[in-house]
Amino acid sequence: MSQPMVSRGFRGRQRSVEANLPPGQYLTNDFPVLSAGPTPRTQLAKWDFTIVGTTLVQPKRWTWDEFQALPRVTIQADIHCVTRWSKLGTRWEGVALDTLLARVQHQARFVIAYCDGGYSTNLPLNEVLGGKAWVVDSYEGAPLAPEHGGPARLLVPHRYFWKSTKWVRGLELSVDDRPGFWESLGYHNDGDPWREQRYQGD
Amino acid sequence: MDASRRLDGNAAAGLLREIFCWEMTSAAVTCGNCGATNAVGALIIYASPMGTVLRCPACEQPLVRVVRTSNDYWLDISGARCIQVTPDTAAT
Amino acid sequence: MANRLVSPIVWQRATVIETVRETPQARSLMLALPHWQRHRAGQHVEVRLTVEDGYQAQRSYSIASPPEAPYLMLTVERIAEGEVSPYLVDVVQEGDQLEVRGPIGGYFTWQASQSGPLLLVAGGSGIVPLMAMARHHALAGSTTPAHLLYSARQVDNIIYHAELEQLATEDQAFAVFYTLTRGAPPGWAGFQRRIDLDMLEDVGWPPAQHPLIYICGPTPLVEAVATMALHLGHAQGRIKTERFGPTGGS
Repeated sequence: MSQPMVSRGFRGRQRSVEANLPPGQYLTNDFPVLSAGPTPRTQLAKWDFTIVGTTLVQPKRWTWDEFQALPRVTIQADIHCVTRWSKLGTRWEGVALDTLLARVQHQARFVIAYCDGGYSTNLPLNEVLGGKAWVVDSYEGAPLAPEHGGPARLLVPHRYFWKSTKWVRGLELSVDDRPGFWESLGYHNDGDPWREQRYQGD
Repeated sequence: MDASRRLDGNAAAGLLREIFCWEMTSAAVTCGNCGATNAVGALIIYASPMGTVLRCPACEQPLVRVVRTSNDYWLDISGARCIQVTPDTAAT
Repeated sequence: MANRLVSPIVWQRATVIETVRETPQARSLMLALPHWQRHRAGQHVEVRLTVEDGYQAQRSYSIASPPEAPYLMLTVERIAEGEVSPYLVDVVQEGDQLEVRGPIGGYFTWQASQSGPLLLVAGGSGIVPLMAMARHHALAGSTTPAHLLYSARQVDNIIYHAELEQLATEDQAFAVFYTLTRGAPPGWAGFQRRIDLDMLEDVGWPPAQHPLIYICGPTPLVEAVATMALHLGHAQGRIKTERFGPTGGS
């Protein structure tokens, strides 16, 4: 009974496969909410963003107001969730990781983003520098909603969207790579959607 | 929004039965963080298609995490101090 | 080999032998399975649907039939924008086959041999596993006093209404109480509000009798009622919940 049986008349959710999508992805127009835990609700007065690490000359911390005063950019990007939906042309606003990391001195090669709710994700430093990753607090012109990661989330659109981790609160700069919440549980360490790196071994 | 996505450990019964040879929702699990003991069926799940995370209802610590990849199951029970399974021949 | 044990996690092809419209939103499917082991009231099955291109969707559905029944009954309520429920409620016909595995789950179950009076609290389609318990209660001839409190939007949304009335008449140890939250017809004798502390105390059993409490329905209702039950002094270990909600896709 290993061969699945086609269900008469069942079509499933509309799945529109388009040529400009990474392999195995389909287009969605809504913005599905995925999370494996309660939505943290951190008051802006208590929110801060920190950069820490053993090789750091001086750790860095921004309050919400200080973070808002940093140079901001608008990003338009396609996002690709490992659960196979993609959403094109999403618009975000926030601060580039280039801007944040330019304010610390270190000798690290990896970034581990940590978050409210106990999540974390890992990325090589060279994958987040050069205008490839941001901390965003605005989506389609409005403050980022808590269920989508507000007050602020990471945005790394060239990786599967789990690496754009929600409720981000800081970066740990590390000499060694250290798999994050999902990367330590079977998901691919790099998660490149164009190479369909969903799971370890892909 | 949050509340409607919260489910009981019951919802993972089928998945856990794929991995364990016993019905697991009746098993008792002790939280490694706060020490509370609950039936697996009474743990909290937030529905996510990425994977199943069973959390302590008292302190929300992840106790059991399961991801099914193309070929494997990945099971992390490091959040649990102890899991007590009572074999039940009627429910296998 | 006819009754050889098949693991509950093996997918079987179930045949739809009958469909019953329960309410405008809900339909029951009677299924015949090639290999079925006796389930317990409160358990569920998983249903897997497959499109020609290989796309699959999988959902859990509570079993509505009692262990004594010769067939498996699922009752499915249509979820607006749902992927699987509209198919099961509106498209599936007698003679169709569905892939099913189970019975699954051992926590949210009740057997007539268990002690203590029984309080069942249902919200909407959360009645389904509790109906299996009520049917089991009657068929097993249980003398355990059992009360069912059933919250529905309107009288038309009450699933198994006629059968519940019949059970309440025929099963001496079983009583049913309804509450409607979106208006009641003239002459309605039941409650007309969301379940609250007074209602739960009225319908339930004193904590000193150590009732077993099963609560099933949408997550907000389940959590509200469970909190009330704790507040009334019932022991956490006697309260079992099953939240109905999205399963997060296939």
